[in-house]
Amino acid sequence: MSYQALMAQLAIGVSNGAFYAMLSLGLAVIFGMLNVVNFAHGALFMLGAFVALFLKLKLGLGYFPALLIVPIVVGLVGVLIDLTMLKRLRGLDPLYSLLLTFGITLVLEGIFRYFYGSSGVPYSAPDELVGAVDLGFMIMPLYRFWVIVASAVVCFGTWYAIERTRLGAYLRAATENATLTQAFGINVPVLLTLTYGLGVGLAGFAGVLAAPIYQVNPLMGSNLIIVVFAVVVIGGMGSILGAIVSGFALGILEGLTKVFYPEASNIVVFVVMAIVLLVKPAGLFGRAT
Amino acid sequence: MSKVENAPPVAAVSPSTRTGRAPLLWVALGIVVLLLLPHVLYPVFVMKALIAALFACAFNLMLGYGGLLSFGHAAFFGTAAYAMAHSTKVWGWPFEAGLLLGVIAAGFMGVVIGVLAIRRQGIYFAMITLALSQMLYFVYLQTPFTHGEDGIQGVPRGRVLGVFDLGDSMIMYHTLLLIVLCGFWLIWRAVHSPFGQVLKAIRDNEPRAISLGYNVDRYKLLAFILSAALSGLAGALNAVVFQLASLNDTTWQHSGEVILMTLLGGVGTILGPAVGGVLVVTLQNYLAASGLPVDVVIGLIFIACVLVFRRGLIGELLAWREKKKS
Repeated sequence: MSYQALMAQLAIGVSNGAFYAMLSLGLAVIFGMLNVVNFAHGALFMLGAFVALFLKLKLGLGYFPALLIVPIVVGLVGVLIDLTMLKRLRGLDPLYSLLLTFGITLVLEGIFRYFYGSSGVPYSAPDELVGAVDLGFMIMPLYRFWVIVASAVVCFGTWYAIERTRLGAYLRAATENATLTQAFGINVPVLLTLTYGLGVGLAGFAGVLAAPIYQVNPLMGSNLIIVVFAVVVIGGMGSILGAIVSGFALGILEGLTKVFYPEASNIVVFVVMAIVLLVKPAGLFGRAT
Repeated sequence: MSKVENAPPVAAVSPSTRTGRAPLLWVALGIVVLLLLPHVLYPVFVMKALIAALFACAFNLMLGYGGLLSFGHAAFFGTAAYAMAHSTKVWGWPFEAGLLLGVIAAGFMGVVIGVLAIRRQGIYFAMITLALSQMLYFVYLQTPFTHGEDGIQGVPRGRVLGVFDLGDSMIMYHTLLLIVLCGFWLIWRAVHSPFGQVLKAIRDNEPRAISLGYNVDRYKLLAFILSAALSGLAGALNAVVFQLASLNDTTWQHSGEVILMTLLGGVGTILGPAVGGVLVVTLQNYLAASGLPVDVVIGLIFIACVLVFRRGLIGELLAWREKKKS
């Protein structure tokens, strides 16, 4: 095993981890606030990639405008989903919202599959991000490097917004005790809807980042979301930092597995999940429930 | 957070199931209809519906009576299908032995997945079962004996008891009907046994069941294994009827389908999942011919079920009857 090949797989691992981190972060934020396990997260990630594709084909808008517009569009779709459907399930067992978002996933994927089949549509990276970057210890595809940096910034930004700002304090307060927070004059229902929009917008952002790496494909989300669920079980859904750390860590582990035992690379995350469940059922960063 | 945790679990919306004897007259009538049906409809289609009904009822044992949503039941269905197909085709085992192996294999998977999954509850249980079944999917994708994307094709139907040729679709139908009815009976017995009562007690109030001295995890695991083994029975039969065991049996979409069947018919009712299974299979059959996107319609029904009638068809019917009585 050459040093270069090892490093190359590691780089792919870290950038895959970046996607796990962004998606599990969104899941954790939504779960923390709404007590909803958003199965549709993968489908909305896919929607993000498709919206980027449409922006390019129909409006001629490139990658960088898409990075800005897509999260807003997907976030609005999320707000719509919440207002029309999820809102009616508040206070019920979270299994219902899981099933509802599963239904939404089937509908979204079904629609795109009807028009695009199961094969992908290529979406090329912008010229500025083509090529390789020399990091000193290794040479890395520039786009992968960009994904890692962008997602690290977004993850940190989300963490900062929730843990260190006033709005974040409202969010955490509402998570802790919704009734009391509302009594202080904070509009909790709106806050909940916005949180769903924000979490889903993160998925849309990840979808744009993913478009040049994976092909834009109706099934790109659902294959990812199940791995992300495992990541969330490993990290424990209570903690935002836990979601980010375990996302990156598992991406790296997956990359390493690809080098040393490629047959197991698909299942390594699930194996880790099984081990964590045996050793520490509440998850690595989770509190006991 | 606390307000949600106090909300009733999924199954609690269903009215308490009627205990006591099932009305024998209705059961007899049902069996007569099932005996006549293959003369009216295409037998393979009726068999497909029966298999779906058995699968959904087995699944409901876990969700409806255990209060635990498994998102990975396709793993058991698929495992048994592969065991059946491989043992009869490659090893030349007879039908009965293959069926038994399928059920045992699914039950074994139930032990493995169950032991891990019951360590967490509610939403985590769903995610863990989903993840583990997806892992199994990748394993089956890569191991040589499953033949990857092609699946195991040309599974021989064999003979029942070494005499009756299952290649004859009527013999196949009646054999399958008998086995499926045995499966239904077993589920009915389990639900109405002391075991089933304890399970319902755990579903409704786990801390109380623990304080009464029940080993909750053992009951949950046992229910999970039973549910897995019966799902395996459905999967093994499916492999024989269609002479094919494929990766499709193990996908998460298939796990979702069985949830829909149960939800549509009525979670926690005896008859509901069977009705839901028949409905979903009929719908798929109809949609496949029409060229409409099946997934979209299935997804819309899912959404409608969750939003509008969470009790399912049979559940709503029972609730309506209760209301009329009082």
